[in-house]
Amino acid sequence: MREVAIIGVSMIKFGRYADRDFSQLAAQAGLEALKDAGVEMKQIEALYSGNLYATSGSGQRILQQMGQTGIPVVNVSNACATGSTAFREAYFAVASGAYDIAMAVGSEQMGKQGLLGSRGDPATSLEGRVGSYMMPAVFGMAGMEHSRQYGTKQEHFALASVKNHFHSTQNPLAQYQKESPLDEVMNARVISYPNTLLMCCPTGDGAAAAILCSMEKARQFTAQPLKVAASVLTSDPYTDRTLTLPDINTLTRNAAKIAYEQAGIGPQDLSQVELHDCFATAELLHYENLGLCGDGEAAAHVASGAPWIGNKIPTKYQEDVAPFQDKTYQPKTTAVVNASGGLLSKGHPLGATGVANIAEIVFHLRGQAGGRQVEGSKIGLAHVIGLGSACTINIIQK
Amino acid sequence: MAEATAVAPELRPLVPHLTLGATREEDYLNGSVCKNCGTKYVGPRLFCGKCSSAGPFETVKLASTGELHVFTIIHQATPYVEAPYIAAIVDLDGGGSVNTNIVGIEPKPENLKFGMKLKMFTEKVSEDKEGNSYVAYRFTPA
Repeated sequence: MREVAIIGVSMIKFGRYADRDFSQLAAQAGLEALKDAGVEMKQIEALYSGNLYATSGSGQRILQQMGQTGIPVVNVSNACATGSTAFREAYFAVASGAYDIAMAVGSEQMGKQGLLGSRGDPATSLEGRVGSYMMPAVFGMAGMEHSRQYGTKQEHFALASVKNHFHSTQNPLAQYQKESPLDEVMNARVISYPNTLLMCCPTGDGAAAAILCSMEKARQFTAQPLKVAASVLTSDPYTDRTLTLPDINTLTRNAAKIAYEQAGIGPQDLSQVELHDCFATAELLHYENLGLCGDGEAAAHVASGAPWIGNKIPTKYQEDVAPFQDKTYQPKTTAVVNASGGLLSKGHPLGATGVANIAEIVFHLRGQAGGRQVEGSKIGLAHVIGLGSACTINIIQK
Repeated sequence: MAEATAVAPELRPLVPHLTLGATREEDYLNGSVCKNCGTKYVGPRLFCGKCSSAGPFETVKLASTGELHVFTIIHQATPYVEAPYIAAIVDLDGGGSVNTNIVGIEPKPENLKFGMKLKMFTEKVSEDKEGNSYVAYRFTPA
């Protein structure tokens, strides 16, 4: 296996594109990534396309827009980890020596489809009759497991939304760029307790792309190739309740352990993390799963200011956050979490998310993240989890 | 060709892990125990995802009592379901965890306690176009 670099990325603004189809969104992202890399379509040797709703031939349809050069196309579907799994396949294609330059593109057109998992035949559907299988229910209960174990309050989970919505105001690519103080998050209507509307990510449309290249060839295109220091995929191992309530923790912990070993670093070395905050509850669980804090410390961690841009609570929110702070808590890591605004603000077009998270890390490592720039960012981790379950972690290093 | 005969509407369990008896009082949850590794599953199994074997499996009757592991209160539900309602994971006495609705209690977080004792009952919850009825299980405070 040889070293692999990212030489180009792009992400289109996530949102609603009712007048375009997914292949046009993806082609826009792909062409922008080519431009960013200074590479032409004819130099791309393989395409890995992540899309969940148009699985059959999504990549070929994208090439019909972007350039039908006849290259091999692999279409990837892996729940919410679809885009990041496509990225990992492209990584292996280059790492193995099979290709020098490959593209990963993630795209999705979700439209306004309502709550994920809420559909079913009214006569025979289990939904709402034998519990709930909707994503809001699963992540509501996952949060409640943390409350059960550690006494985590709804306000602590809500602080993840306050933070990420605050970060989003500086991200022009985010679907929403609106701040939400703690009382606004808490008073929003409940979707699935403890998550209120402002603690759930929106559905939407979007695309993102990345160009991967062997490190030895990368310097032809850029003075500063960024190294893919780890690229990991896990599925959920058997745990006692995983067939009843998906266990989103164990597979993330397993992936983190492997990723830190591959990269030869620890969580204390990370400048920033883009993690899978599909719901505010999930963000706190993943602080612990990724080792950003110890078990049971996630509530104290978010309230300490450590995962906020600048590693501190903004002055205007200090009064709101103070009652939820643990004055004795000393953060052991300073990784800024979800500087992009996270899925909570940026949106979550399923297939696009995994590549977009990586693009965000790249923007920061290059110092191109504008008002949300994590100062001096050197190493970033992108984490995605898809229920079913799949977890990817990619670590990108300057 | 034989003439189509009218099929009498059936009473069916909504999930395969519910076994219907002659009356609703005789309904019970079924499970499978892997004889190779001892893992207890809810519902029928052909293969064991824990020990990678084909069992064999012993079909067992699961308890109709258990305790609350976690819950959520759904305020925005699928259109045919009335909200708010309590969705929960219940750990059955003697093993096995199930998804369920908790009823007979106002759906407010303060009314629920982790570990609270619950008991199962069954009832008809829906009917399809052919007139078949579906029975589901629910839990209520014990």
